[in-house]
Amino acid sequence: MTDVSADLATQAVRPNDRSLFVRDERTTRRHRAEMRFRMMGLAAVTFGIIALLGLMASILNNGVSSFSQTYVKLAINLDASKLDKSGKRDPAELQKVTTFAYQPLIKAALVKTMAEHGISVDGVNAKQAAELISKEAPAQLRRYVLAHPDKIGETITFELLAAGRIDGYYKGRVTMESAALDRNVSPEQLRLADQMREAGILEKRFNWSFFTAPDASDTRPEAAGLGVAILGSAYMMLVVLVLSLPIGVAASIYLEEFAPQNRFTDIIEVNISNLAAVPSIVFGILGLAIFINIAGLPQSAPLVGGLVLTLMTLPTIIIATRSALKAVPPSIRDAALGVGASKLQSIFHHVLPLAAPGILTGTIIGLAQALGETAPLLLIGMVAFVREYPGAPPEGFFDPASALPVQVYNWTTRGDPAFVERASGAIIVLLIFLAIMNITAIILRRRFERRW
Amino acid sequence: MKVEADQVFANNQAAAAVGATGAVIKMKGDKVGVFYGSKQALFDVDLDIYERQVTALIGPSGCGKSTFLRCLNRMNDTIDICRVTGKITLDSEDIYDPAIDVVELRARVGMVFQKPNPFPKSIYENVAYGPRIHGLVKSKADLDNLVEQSLRGAGLWEEAKDRLQEPGTGLSGGQQQRLCIARAIAVAPEVILMDEPCSALDPIATAKVEELIDELRENYTIVIVTHSMQQAARVSQRTAMFHLGELVEVDDTKTIFTNPSEKRTQDYITGRFG
Repeated sequence: MTDVSADLATQAVRPNDRSLFVRDERTTRRHRAEMRFRMMGLAAVTFGIIALLGLMASILNNGVSSFSQTYVKLAINLDASKLDKSGKRDPAELQKVTTFAYQPLIKAALVKTMAEHGISVDGVNAKQAAELISKEAPAQLRRYVLAHPDKIGETITFELLAAGRIDGYYKGRVTMESAALDRNVSPEQLRLADQMREAGILEKRFNWSFFTAPDASDTRPEAAGLGVAILGSAYMMLVVLVLSLPIGVAASIYLEEFAPQNRFTDIIEVNISNLAAVPSIVFGILGLAIFINIAGLPQSAPLVGGLVLTLMTLPTIIIATRSALKAVPPSIRDAALGVGASKLQSIFHHVLPLAAPGILTGTIIGLAQALGETAPLLLIGMVAFVREYPGAPPEGFFDPASALPVQVYNWTTRGDPAFVERASGAIIVLLIFLAIMNITAIILRRRFERRW
Repeated sequence: MKVEADQVFANNQAAAAVGATGAVIKMKGDKVGVFYGSKQALFDVDLDIYERQVTALIGPSGCGKSTFLRCLNRMNDTIDICRVTGKITLDSEDIYDPAIDVVELRARVGMVFQKPNPFPKSIYENVAYGPRIHGLVKSKADLDNLVEQSLRGAGLWEEAKDRLQEPGTGLSGGQQQRLCIARAIAVAPEVILMDEPCSALDPIATAKVEELIDELRENYTIVIVTHSMQQAARVSQRTAMFHLGELVEVDDTKTIFTNPSEKRTQDYITGRFG
C-alpha cells in the first residue's frame, strides 16, 4: 500500500529542469486539438454565411428586376362612338362594352404615335406592333373608363403595360437570339421596341403595381402583382395575433403558475411540445376537416387560414411564454406575496411585465413562422386564383384571398419564365416582411428588457 | 382578543418561565411538522413568539429554521409538495384554518428575504405597492406621506429622498435590503419575518440593518433567522436553536449563549459543529 502511494507521489512530480517557454508534447497536442476545433467551428460558420449569401444573391439576382416594369406611353382617344353608342354614359351600358372594343383604340393610338415619331421597322405590321403592348392593357383602359365615364370622347395619355417578352428584353431575359426562336416575339418587334424607347414612348420605371395589383393569368406575367396576397397575409396575421397571443399567454400562465404538478399536466406539457413538432401540412388537413367541412367556413378565406396558423403558432408562443415566465426570478414572486399580494396580483403586476419582452419576442417569431407557412394554406384552398381583393374587415376575413408564400408557390408552377422573376420578387417582399418582424422583436426585447 | 392572548400566555407561562416578564405571545407554534413530499423537514416544533421582541432562530444549514419561518406567513404554500401539520396561531387564530385569507395573513405577517429583492420599479413604487393593493391610503398625499414614513422607519429616507423615482435595483445591497424592510413595514404588519437578512451584506450594511432591527422592535414583533451567532446575540431577546428539524431549545438569548441547557446548543455556539 505504501509502495503504491509512494509510486504515485513520484509520478506526480514534474521534472524541474523545464522552462515555461518550452512546450512538452502533451501540451502541444492539446493546443493542436483546440486549434482544430476552432478551425472546424470557423469553417462551419463560414460555410453557413456563404450559403446564405449565395441564396440571397440568387434571389436578388432573379427578383430585383420585378420591382421595375416597362410601360408604353400612349395618348389614346376614348372614341365615344365605339365605347358609348347610346351617348347616355349609362354605367350599365358601359359595363356591356368588353375589352374587345378597347383593343382597336390602343392599336390606332400606337399607329398614330409611331407615325408621329417616324418609327417603323420592316416586317412589323400594325397588328404585330400592337403585340408590344400587354393583353392586360385593354382591361386597364376599360377599368379607367368605367371609373371615369365623363372622360369618354377625350384624348388621354395612358401608361400601358408592355408585353411580358418586351419587358423581359429590357431585363435581359429575352435576347435577339431567343426571340428568333420564340413564337411570341420576333427580333423585328424587339428592334421596334428599341426605337420606341429612344423616342421616349417606351420606358422602364419602378413597378408600384407589383405591390398593389392582383394576380394575373398565365399569359400576362407583366400584370401579376402581390396586392391580394399581401392583403390576405395581413388579414391572416391579424387573426393569428388576436387569437394566439391571448390564448397562448393565458394557457402559459395557467400551466406555469397555477396548474398543479400531476400526470394530467405532464401529459399536456409533453403534447404541447409534440404539437410544435407536428408537420404543418397536418394542421392544414385538420383545418380542412374542422373549419371547412364541419364548421362550414368558406374556402380560401383568411379567417380559416388564420385559424389554422393559430393552431400552428400556439405551441411556439406557449413554449416561449413559459420559458419567459420561468426566467423571472422567484424572489420577485416571493416579494409580491410577502407584502400580501394575491397570486394573480403578483403575476399581473410583477411577473408578466418582466416576462413581456420574452413573450413578445416569442409571439413575433411565431407570427413570422406563420407568415412564411405554405403547406397548410394549400389544403384550405388559398392556392386558388384570386383576382378580387378581399373586402374590408370584418367581412373581408370571409372573402377568398391569397397569401404571400402561396403566391410564390403558385408563380413557380407557371410556365412563363417571367413568373420566375415575379416569384423571386415575391420572396424578396416576404423576406423583407420577415426581417421587419424580427427586427421589431429585437427592438422590443432591447427596449423592455429590465435587469433585476 | 387581548384577554384571550393573555390567557394563552398565562397557560404557557410555566413552559416559558424565563420569558421576559409581561410579554404577550403573538404567534404560537404547536407541534408544527413540515413535510416535503414524504420527507419530513420539521418535527413537532413548539415555539412561542413574543410580542415586540426579536426572536432569533439559529442552527446549522438544513436544520429547518427557514422552513419554520416560512410557515409563519404560509410562504410554504407556494411549494406544491409542502405539507404542514400541527397548529400555528396569530393572536390565537389558527393561520392554517382553511377559512382564513392568506393574503390578509401576509399583510399582517410581513417578510424580508435573504437576498434583497426589490421590485424592478422605482424606489417610490416599491414602497407604495403594498399600501396600494391593500387600499390603505385614500389620497396621493397620504401615500407620499406613508412612503416617507416607511422609508424613515427603515432608515433609508435621507439616502433615498432625492431619488425616489430611480429604480430600486440601482441601490446598493444594504440599501436594497432596507428598502425591502421599508416595503414590508409600509403595509403596517404586526410581525416581520426576516430570513437571514444580512447574509448578502457587508459588515457596515449589516450593522445598519441590525441597528434598524433593534429600533423596529419597539413597534413590531420580529422573527429572524441567522447564521451569525454574534448577530443573534446582538439583536435578539430570545433565541431558538434548531437541529435536524427539531427545536433543540428556546430561551432568553443571554441564557442560550451563556448557559444553554442542551449540549448540542453548547457545541453549536462554540463552533464544534455546524
